[in-house]
Parts: sequence; structure tokens; C-alpha cells
Amino acid sequence: MYNEKVMQTFANPKHVGYIEDNDGAGKVGNATCGDIMEITIKVKDDVITDAKFRTFGCAAAVATSSVATDMVIGMTVDEALKLTNARVVEYLEGLPPQKIHCSVLAEEAIKAAIEDYRKRQSEKAGK
Amino acid sequence: MERRIYLDNSATTYTDKEVLQKMLPYFSEVYGNGSSQHFFGREALVAIDEAREKVAKAIGAKPTEIYFTSGGTESDNWAIKGAAHALREKGNHIITTAIEHPAVIKTCQALEKDGFEVTYLPVDSEGFVTAEQVEKAITDKTILISVMTANNEIGTIEPIREIGAVAKAHKILFHTDAVQAVGNVPIDVVKDNIDMLSMSAHKFYGPKGVGVLYKRNGVKIGRFMDGGEQERNMRASTLNTPGIVGLGAAIEIAVRDMEKNYKHVAELRDYFVKELLANVKDIKYNGPVDTSRRLPSNANFSFEYIEGESILMSLDLEGIAVSSGSACSSGSLEPSYVLLSVGVPIELAHGSIRFSFGKNNTMEEVKYTLEKLYAIVARLREMSPLFKEFKGEQKYV
Ligand SMILES: Cc1ncc(COP(=O)(O)O)c(C=O)c1O
Ligand SMILES: [Zn+2]
Repeated sequence: MYNEKVMQTFANPKHVGYIEDNDGAGKVGNATCGDIMEITIKVKDDVITDAKFRTFGCAAAVATSSVATDMVIGMTVDEALKLTNARVVEYLEGLPPQKIHCSVLAEEAIKAAIEDYRKRQSEKAGK
Repeated sequence: MERRIYLDNSATTYTDKEVLQKMLPYFSEVYGNGSSQHFFGREALVAIDEAREKVAKAIGAKPTEIYFTSGGTESDNWAIKGAAHALREKGNHIITTAIEHPAVIKTCQALEKDGFEVTYLPVDSEGFVTAEQVEKAITDKTILISVMTANNEIGTIEPIREIGAVAKAHKILFHTDAVQAVGNVPIDVVKDNIDMLSMSAHKFYGPKGVGVLYKRNGVKIGRFMDGGEQERNMRASTLNTPGIVGLGAAIEIAVRDMEKNYKHVAELRDYFVKELLANVKDIKYNGPVDTSRRLPSNANFSFEYIEGESILMSLDLEGIAVSSGSACSSGSLEPSYVLLSVGVPIELAHGSIRFSFGKNNTMEEVKYTLEKLYAIVARLREMSPLFKEFKGEQKYV
């Protein structure tokens, strides 16, 4: 059911891990629904310089986490906010229809991490 | 992919070479329609009746009580809908369990829409129902009890003999879905007090798409397939001669070799379970602990902090085939209702894998699988946010 690209990405995902001194962290999903994704980012001058993920989920969830983190590295936070799950799926050359909902998590996790980054920025500015 | 290790023998089995050899002539040499009067037809009928005798002998039935169908699903549908409609005057209540195969559960749900009432008995933490539970659920409207002989996900062997005795004492029909049990563990429809029984050839090294409904003589249910007068006017459609011959050969071999296969398969399973429990932390062994009340082939585990489908696909990449109770592998949002019914927490149900061993598996394959599995579990746990939280390395979010 998965294509070769998804399987290869699942077998060799990039950017697995957790950035300890992150500038933004986002975690979405829950164990009850079967998928949890956590993304941490490092940001310099509004550009994402590093991103890592940890995922509890299926092969599609892992593959989309890998692709999404890989894509946002080098993007400005504004650009990264525009990343859609459709682009991630396209990069993976498609996912089975019942797996699309798993790919939405990657988009949401990136957004959550950036939101967290912005919140911390404004808190800093407020001080 | 170099290795091809099949540990999904509860999903289906390969067709035994000996069985296949017996089937082959019935495709293009003895190809007559078993209902035809000429010699082409008679040749086919002889083979079909031989198969019928083999099936009857294997389960302690009479040949006239054997009806060939297209598989387990049809047999379940026919038995349950047939009994329900035939006995509607008498009552509208059916008793079954919460962990039946969808072929039974969905059939019962369909009947509920037609005005029948169904009790889905809860099971204990190992998947058992008791005869007492069944007896308590009986009302003066109860017309049918359907309890599976063995569960397909966690291997629980239900006390069907006792349940059958309760049904008999109350003069209520007793059907059992024995699809996972036939050929693997002994069954005797008389001693076990069974009125109707479903089986499917592809679960005991026979071909796919052919099964049997055993119906005790005297049990009156309507026909399920309307059409020709095959199977004593009870099940229309031209008989699937090669499939039926295959089923007959397969059940004969399964009964002949039952002790040997049971011993071999149980030995693989027991070793696998023992090693896995000793070497991987934070896992839950689902299903009965007492091996005498569990299918010899079945092992079902939940792995904490990781998701079942990613375990399944990782094993797949190593050439090992298993199945998972996770929602993400079934395509639905809910994980296995069987695991939830035995009280496995939902997070753990998502992380469950069924390993089902078969007569052709070897100890070397089991050892290879264990080694790969250890590495896969470690890798996926490293990747999991839940694992780090559990280990207290992160207090985050
Ligand atoms: C317990 C049980 N009942 C019924 C079935 C359905 O059998 P079939 O695939 O032959 O229709 C299966 C097969 O998965 C099963 O395991
Ligand atoms: Zn998923």
C-alpha cells in the first residue's frame, strides 16, 4: 500500500531527535488517536536553522515527519508556516487515502513549534 | 528482500502441496458440473461426496450435515441470519460475544436493524466468556447463541462444550465460528453440543474461497443463496469442485497431523513468547496465559511507547510478515475492539502485533525474527516522544 519512497523514508528518516536548546517546540496528536508528533526547531534571524522530530505513529507519520522537518530547515518562519501537508505528501509521491490524516500532523506540529517560538519572542520583547 | 518469513498464519495459510496436487485434476480434467446427470457430472460428484465424508469424519458429523459454502463469512452469515429468520416467531433475542469476528458481529448488527435484539457478552481479561454468563443472558425470547470456538486475534479458546450444554438444556440453537480452530485443535460436534459450525479451508492449509457450514440434522434454517437446487436445495450455485476437493484433502491432513503440528507450532510460539518477555521491557502479552486454553499458533503483544503499524512495516522491511491491531494499519480510527474488550488500554492497543505461527515455520525463523524485533523496538522507541517522557529524560510539554 505504501510506495517505495514512503518506505525508504520510513526506513531511513532524517532529523530524528530532540533539540535540547530549542527556540520552539510543538507537540500535536495524542496516544488515544494513535499518532503523536513532536517537533523542535532552532531559529536564527527568523530562519529555521535546524529541526528535529520524534513521532509515535505509523510509517506514514514517521515519513511525513522526516520530510516536513527536512523541508523547513532553511526556510523563514513565515515560509514554514505556509508548508502544507499536501506538499509533504506530494514530495512522498502520494500516500494511501486513509493515511492522509496522519500527514496533517506534520503540518500541525511545525505550526505549533513556530507558534511556541513566536510566543517566546514576544515574551522576550515584553521584558 | 532476501528473507520471506510468514508469521501471519491466522490471516491465511499456504495451500499444502499435497492438497494442491489433489485439486489440480478438478480444474481441467474432471471439470463436470456436480449436478449434471452425465458421467462428467457424476465424476465431480463422487469427488465432492468424498470430501463431504472427510469433513464429516473430521468433526464427528454425518455427511448429510455438511454444506459447502464460499468460506467462513458466508457460513457465519447463513447460520445466524438463517436461524434468526427461521425462529422469528419464537423470539428475537440472540446471544453472542464482544470479540467475535466481524463476520459474526456485523451480521448480528444487521439483524438488530431488522428488529432483533443482540446481547454481546463481555469477556474477561484473557478473552473468556463463561457458560454461566451465557446462561444468565438467556431470556424467553432467546433463539440463538453464537460463540466462537477460538479468537482470531488473541487465540482464546472458549469453553464451547459447556456453552453448548447450556444451550442444549434450554433448547436454544448453538452456533460456533470455528474458523480459527478447525484443523488446529480437536472438535467434535456431538460431544461439544454444537448445532451449527462454520469453517474455512484457507485457515488449515486448504484453498481460499471455500468453507463449510455444518448444520445438525433436524435444525431448520432457510436457504441463504437462492437459485439452483445444489446442496440438498439449501445452498444454490454450482459446486466449487476443486475448492471442495482441496478442503476435504486439507482437513484430512490437518486431523491426521494435528498432534505433530500442534506440538511444533506451540514450541515455536512458547519459545518466542518466553524470549520476548525476557528481552524486551514494557510489553504486554495479550490473551490467555494458560497455553492449553489458547491456540498454539497465537502470540499477541502490545509494545509500550510505539505504534503497531510502524512495527509491522519495520518487520516487513526485514522480510517478516505479521499483523497489527493498531488503528493505523486497519485504516479505521479505532484500534482492535478485541484488545479493547479484554481491557488493553487504548494507547497500548495501538501498539499491538499478532504473531501467528504455522507448521512450516522453523526455530531459525523465530530466532531471526526475535533479533530483528529487538532492534526495531529499540529504534522506534528512540524515535518516540512517549519513551523519553517515560524515562523521565524530558519534562517537556
Ligand atoms: C474467526 C473467523 N471467522 C470468520 C472468518 C472469515 O473467514 P473467510 O475469510 O473464509 O470468509 C475469519 C477469517 O479471517 C476468522 O478468523
Ligand atoms: Zn497514522
